[in-house]
Amino acid sequence: MKLGRYIARKSIWYLVALVAAVSLNFLLPRLVPGNPVDVIVSNLSRGGSVTSEQQQKVYESYVAEFGLDQPLWQQFFTYLGKVFTGDLGTSFAYYPASVNELVGQALPWSIAIQLPAILVGWILGNIIGAIAAFRGGNWDRSVFTTSLFLSAMPYYCLSIILLYVFAVAVGFFPVGGAYSLGLTPELSISFLWDALSYYWLPFLSLVIVFIGGQAVGMRSMAIYELGGDYVNYARAMGIRDNKITQYIFRNAMLPQITGLALAIGTLVGGALITELVFSYPGVGTLLFNAIAANDYPVIQAITLIITVAVLVANFAVEIVYGIVDPRIRAAQSGEK
Amino acid sequence: MSTVNTSMAEETAAPRANTLRSFNVSARFWVALVIVAGVILMSLAGFVYPTGPAEKVGSLYDPPGNGLLMGTDNFGHDVIAVLMAGTRTSLIIGLVAGIVATTIGVGVGLLAGYVGGWFEELLMGVTNVVLAIPAIVVLILISMSLPNSTIWSLAIVIGITSWPWTARAVRAQASSVATREHIDVARLSGVRLPGILLKDVLPYILSYAVMAFVLQVAGAILAEAALSMLGLGPSGVNSLGTQLHWALAFQAVASGAWWAFLPPTLVLTLVSFGFLLLQASLDEVFNPRLRRGKRKQMKQAAARREEEARLLAEQAVAPGAPAGPGAGGTHEHPERSEAGDPV
Repeated sequence: MKLGRYIARKSIWYLVALVAAVSLNFLLPRLVPGNPVDVIVSNLSRGGSVTSEQQQKVYESYVAEFGLDQPLWQQFFTYLGKVFTGDLGTSFAYYPASVNELVGQALPWSIAIQLPAILVGWILGNIIGAIAAFRGGNWDRSVFTTSLFLSAMPYYCLSIILLYVFAVAVGFFPVGGAYSLGLTPELSISFLWDALSYYWLPFLSLVIVFIGGQAVGMRSMAIYELGGDYVNYARAMGIRDNKITQYIFRNAMLPQITGLALAIGTLVGGALITELVFSYPGVGTLLFNAIAANDYPVIQAITLIITVAVLVANFAVEIVYGIVDPRIRAAQSGEK
Repeated sequence: MSTVNTSMAEETAAPRANTLRSFNVSARFWVALVIVAGVILMSLAGFVYPTGPAEKVGSLYDPPGNGLLMGTDNFGHDVIAVLMAGTRTSLIIGLVAGIVATTIGVGVGLLAGYVGGWFEELLMGVTNVVLAIPAIVVLILISMSLPNSTIWSLAIVIGITSWPWTARAVRAQASSVATREHIDVARLSGVRLPGILLKDVLPYILSYAVMAFVLQVAGAILAEAALSMLGLGPSGVNSLGTQLHWALAFQAVASGAWWAFLPPTLVLTLVSFGFLLLQASLDEVFNPRLRRGKRKQMKQAAARREEEARLLAEQAVAPGAPAGPGAGGTHEHPERSEAGDPV
């Protein structure tokens, strides 16, 4: 299959997925029995902190934003129009604040904690996994069992244990948050230094789990390649072991690179609960507060961002794979 | 004649011993089984435990002691009782969600892989679209839309969001099975589609389906925990996730009340590790290529084969007939299982 057709086909599928995701995002909260606005407004008044004037404003802004007096299909297009112009609406819980603003404040923290963790974990995990596969024996067994244990451990469980041991029991790190009380986020040495002491624990908890997962993946790929016919052939041809190791490594790396791209795609939604555990001011904490306050616009915005990030990463991986490896283009004559 | 007796005894004993050996479970398998069985037993022990999970036995975060092995949680309930009830709920959710996900996944995969054509394109298109949308997003949205989620609705929702990767992997195997001769024989003899799928295709992917099910159960338990910790758990029920949710909400970690959050954390880790280890060891059983580093077993097997060959040679020498080579060696699976990762 030609590259152009391959890309066109993939684009169509991912477009369908995007439309499905956006529709779900639009429809599901509207399936709540009763008028969603009434539910939300009654929840707000139950809290007691909201005056009736504010309630009225929230009600009107919701009706205006999503055009709730219009038929459903028209509402959908209003929603789509807003989303595509980058307007994610207005928060209920922090009323005048726009969702863009709230997400914009939270997103940098999530990226700062996850991107380095993913990159460092990926590099270390692959090295460890490859060594385990090539050396075999007891080394392999212990590395495999440890990695399996770490990757099997829910990432938030490790967070909780690390937080308790190193922050509460030993007192080596601060207990929660991202910077000391009284400071405001800014790009100064003193602030960054302060933030760094809060950074270590969540970073470590993410890195350790990620190393485990990558090592398990790399090990099994390398073992699979070790048993490949081309390895036996190369051996029979008298090619030196170093050279063969290079071949194996290159072939085993391909799926790992996909894994890296996909991990970067799940970056926004990948560590929601780690942030909760450390009360880190990222997207996870924002989502948690939004759920507790029934802040639909914020929840919808976060789920939308997570979905789009994952879809874009998957799409990019498939396109790059199609370009790099012609066999995939040939094999995927359909969406199989 | 004692020699005849021993050889006869060996002959009757040999096949049974061999099937056990060919099943070749590793120490890993037993460790996994002990962990999983231990967790299940612990959850069942809640039925005979004297205190109920909703019984107030103390105040906020009473430390262990005073007749309470693990102290009390933020409501003053006995942590052990809550843990037992919570583990039971989590296991039930995992089991139900695993059954739902595996049934849908295997069903869609079998149909798509066997029938082929536009039908396959359609089913796989749907699967890929569902697969591309992150499950946690759909879970959050559906849980938000359910006004009162019970453990059953939650389990079914989790199951419905996690079938696609099973479907994709099963389809790959089913379409390879569909081209084999025995399928043609079945088709020619007039067996209907459900019969062929259940009797002729399913057995070949059963080992894979079992492994997928194990992973689905573990994934569902973790998904429930994640949802509950975000505040979307089943209302009014204890689960491992809700226990952690309350511990986090009431600052158990910061106030050093380790007995409130450590037990559910450890049980979640054990459950997840146990099921994953179980899957990995089953994979080794079904997929001999993955078996390695067992030099001792290999040596034993080699010695066994040598011994058999020697016996055969002796027997052959006695009646004067030539001996054939012993049928040893491991049988290799034609396909490598294409395992996805739900977690």
